[in-house]
Amino acid sequence: MSLKNLVAKTGQLSRFILRLDRIRIPLWLVGISFFTLIVPPAFKELYASQQERDVMAETMQNPAMIAMVGPGDLANYTVGAMTAHQMLLMTAVVAGLMSILLVTRHTRADEEDGRIEMIRSLPAGRLSYLNATLIVSLITCIVLALINGVGLYGLGIESMDLEGSMLYGTALGATALFFAGVTAIFAQLTESSRGTIGYSLAVLLGAYLFRGITDVSNESLSWISPLGWVTKAEVYSANNWWPIVLMVGASFVLFVVANYLNAIRDLERGFMPSKPGRKYASRFLQSPMGLALRLQKTGLIAWAVGMYILGASYGSVFGDMEGFFQSNEMMAQLLQEAEGASLTEQFLPMLMVVITLLATVPPIMAINKLRGEEKKGRLDHLLGRAVSRVELMGGYLIISILNGFVMVSLAAIGLWSAAAAVMDDPLSFSTVYGAAMGYYPAILVMIGVASFIIGFVPKWTNFIWMYVLFSFFVLYLGGLFDFPEWVGKLTPYGFVPQAPIEEVTFMPLFLLSVLGVALIFAGLAGFRRRDLE
Amino acid sequence: MSVLTVKNLTKKFGKFTALDGVNLEVNSGEIFGFIGPNGAGKSTTIRVLLGILKATEGDIKVFGKDAWADAVEIHKRVAYVPGDVNLWPNLTGGEVIDLFVKLRGSNNQSRREELIKKFDLDPTKKCRTYSKGNRQKVALIAAFSSDADLYILDEPTSGLDPLMENVFQECVMDVKKQGKSVLLSSHILSEVEKLCDKVGIIRQGKIIETGSLSELRHLTRTQILVDTKQPITGLSELKGIHEVIESEQGLSFQVDTEEMDEVMKYISQFSIIKIESAPPTLEDLFMRHYEGTETASDTGVGGGK
Ligand SMILES: Nc1ncnc2c1ncn2[C@@H]1O[C@H](COP(=O)(O)OP(=O)(O)OP(=O)(O)O)[C@@H](O)[C@H]1O
Ligand SMILES: [Mg+2]
Repeated sequence: MSLKNLVAKTGQLSRFILRLDRIRIPLWLVGISFFTLIVPPAFKELYASQQERDVMAETMQNPAMIAMVGPGDLANYTVGAMTAHQMLLMTAVVAGLMSILLVTRHTRADEEDGRIEMIRSLPAGRLSYLNATLIVSLITCIVLALINGVGLYGLGIESMDLEGSMLYGTALGATALFFAGVTAIFAQLTESSRGTIGYSLAVLLGAYLFRGITDVSNESLSWISPLGWVTKAEVYSANNWWPIVLMVGASFVLFVVANYLNAIRDLERGFMPSKPGRKYASRFLQSPMGLALRLQKTGLIAWAVGMYILGASYGSVFGDMEGFFQSNEMMAQLLQEAEGASLTEQFLPMLMVVITLLATVPPIMAINKLRGEEKKGRLDHLLGRAVSRVELMGGYLIISILNGFVMVSLAAIGLWSAAAAVMDDPLSFSTVYGAAMGYYPAILVMIGVASFIIGFVPKWTNFIWMYVLFSFFVLYLGGLFDFPEWVGKLTPYGFVPQAPIEEVTFMPLFLLSVLGVALIFAGLAGFRRRDLE
Repeated sequence: MSVLTVKNLTKKFGKFTALDGVNLEVNSGEIFGFIGPNGAGKSTTIRVLLGILKATEGDIKVFGKDAWADAVEIHKRVAYVPGDVNLWPNLTGGEVIDLFVKLRGSNNQSRREELIKKFDLDPTKKCRTYSKGNRQKVALIAAFSSDADLYILDEPTSGLDPLMENVFQECVMDVKKQGKSVLLSSHILSEVEKLCDKVGIIRQGKIIETGSLSELRHLTRTQILVDTKQPITGLSELKGIHEVIESEQGLSFQVDTEEMDEVMKYISQFSIIKIESAPPTLEDLFMRHYEGTETASDTGVGGGK
């Protein structure tokens, strides 16, 4: 078959996909660009003089921060360098996430729902739909790069020149493109869209963590992580283009591999072997909750391992941190020892925000699975039998609630155990675990919001992810700027006392828990009354 | 002239052999019925024909072109309707029809309107809200409003009501009149019987019978109910007699079509008072071929162990 025939009608299909995503893609672009563009002016306000920025640079000069945001040009900490240092990597991760979700939607998800079969019966090439998806990704990435590049330059901030700004935008676009490629490959390898998203996310988080650990311990090793290339571009200081060129090149290699894999496999199959399963349902499976748990088993285990590794990665930095404080007198003076908390312990709250927000993802996935099953029309099988709606949703809720608890615990244990292994004067378990658990009520509220949405406005189920992202940005940025207090309070995490720096009081946690439980019950009540799809 | 020829098609999924040496031929202007039990390999065959699956072995030609290598060229002249129609939930039926028709290249606006009216579909509704039958109508309208030469229909009516089933049959007859060919896989035997010129029966990945309906009828048995003045004796000793049951109305039995003449001669000796015969149906044929498949299909078709 000629190449032309393999990709026949790709152009038309690209336009079709663009039309399908005419709201989704702009939302992502606007969201990402918005958070990029509001930061530099705020930095300029807050850290007007170079002196103030140098103080900030000093607080950034420690292993925990490097693990979190990557290395930066701390010696010449202009507003530009500051933005690139504190924002670029995180935003790139979000751009990667965008690609993973967008590409999965039009590759494995469309295939598993039988829509690709329809397309393939038309005079469109075997590889057309994949390539149409990749073209749409490419367009999205270019637009992302342009909006951010031109936008940053357009802010008219002195240290943010045209070249640096364009590099910043291109770094975001290139990361998105790279993860479009990663996702396109997993869409060939796995047999379900959940698998595609799961493996791609694992690569994204793995790249982030690997870069974190190696940036602290051995910077040249972090070349292995594609996210390491983003920080190595040294935007607004050295302006290295070639790591980004490397990234774009690597993306196209991934695209080619995805095409090859697609060409040699059967429709609706993958490359990961699917073993025959059990002949009989285990006792465990024979209840609605057992079924719900069984459906999510693989994902749960993967997340549990991931959360432990995340915690341990951050924990492993504490050894370097301890040594750092011992050798850095000035830093020790700068950060007055807060009452009852050692210098190293002061970094816990910041890490906890990242950890607990990530730990919010699996429980929300667990409860949203209910809606996913509903959309596929599979709930009817259960509700048509002797299963009540309360029992059904209750099962998912219990899994979700326990899930959150397990995830936070594992991350905390990971952090504590790794830190204990590398520190001379280890953190106490109760300090770490307490700091993490303080956030559990906030996770409950998020589960509550999700279940409320499922109960009352099910079409908006995915809205909860926006709220999670929003929370992340608010908290993350809130740590960098002095946001007015109420902004932080727009998310439940803002109410959590930052142990061990702040005193843990009973009241806010109690109120959060009550709110969470109330929302959960409201969601249940809504689910009982509404129409199922 | 043959529109579609399949020679010795074998398809393996890993170790599992789904199709094992399938041979098929559909001529132009012909409606070919493709029947067989669940999991026999009908959809798999169709997907190979469409170049969606790659044959492990075999020579598959549509319009004289290779089904895999020339898929794009072939599809310009093929319309396909799957049994399980999955559409984009947030597009309307009208949008999907236009997309499919446009991707095929041909465009027949008036036919589209006519079919939408005939099938009584509301094209402004989102696909998410369509019932199974309505989703199927979307695919059928898209198929029949394109000027294809070959229509490949995989259980296209499994969700249609009897009224719509009639509309469907009219559409098939229409395209037949225009000299087009149809490959119709179906579990609705009356539909196959009514529409098809030729029938192929597939079981466990192998074609076990193929031919025109009248040819196949030869292989079937006729149900006879007969009442005679003298009691019939020795009937069971004759060749081609099955399931003899004595009742108040008389004697009922089945007779192989090719033995009909002999049997008639034999029973007429006993002075017939009344005789009723039920014509052989595809159903009888079908049932006969399907009998005893349960045990085999339990472990899968063909077995690749
Ligand atoms: N992707 C696949 N991987 C493994 N086995 C498959 C795959 N697709 C089909 N099969 C197997 O091939 C056999 C034939 O399936 P096919 O869908 O063609 O049956 P069918 O005749 O269309 O049945 P039905 O009447 O139920 O639609 C079945 O045993 C099925 O399990
Ligand atoms: Mg089938």
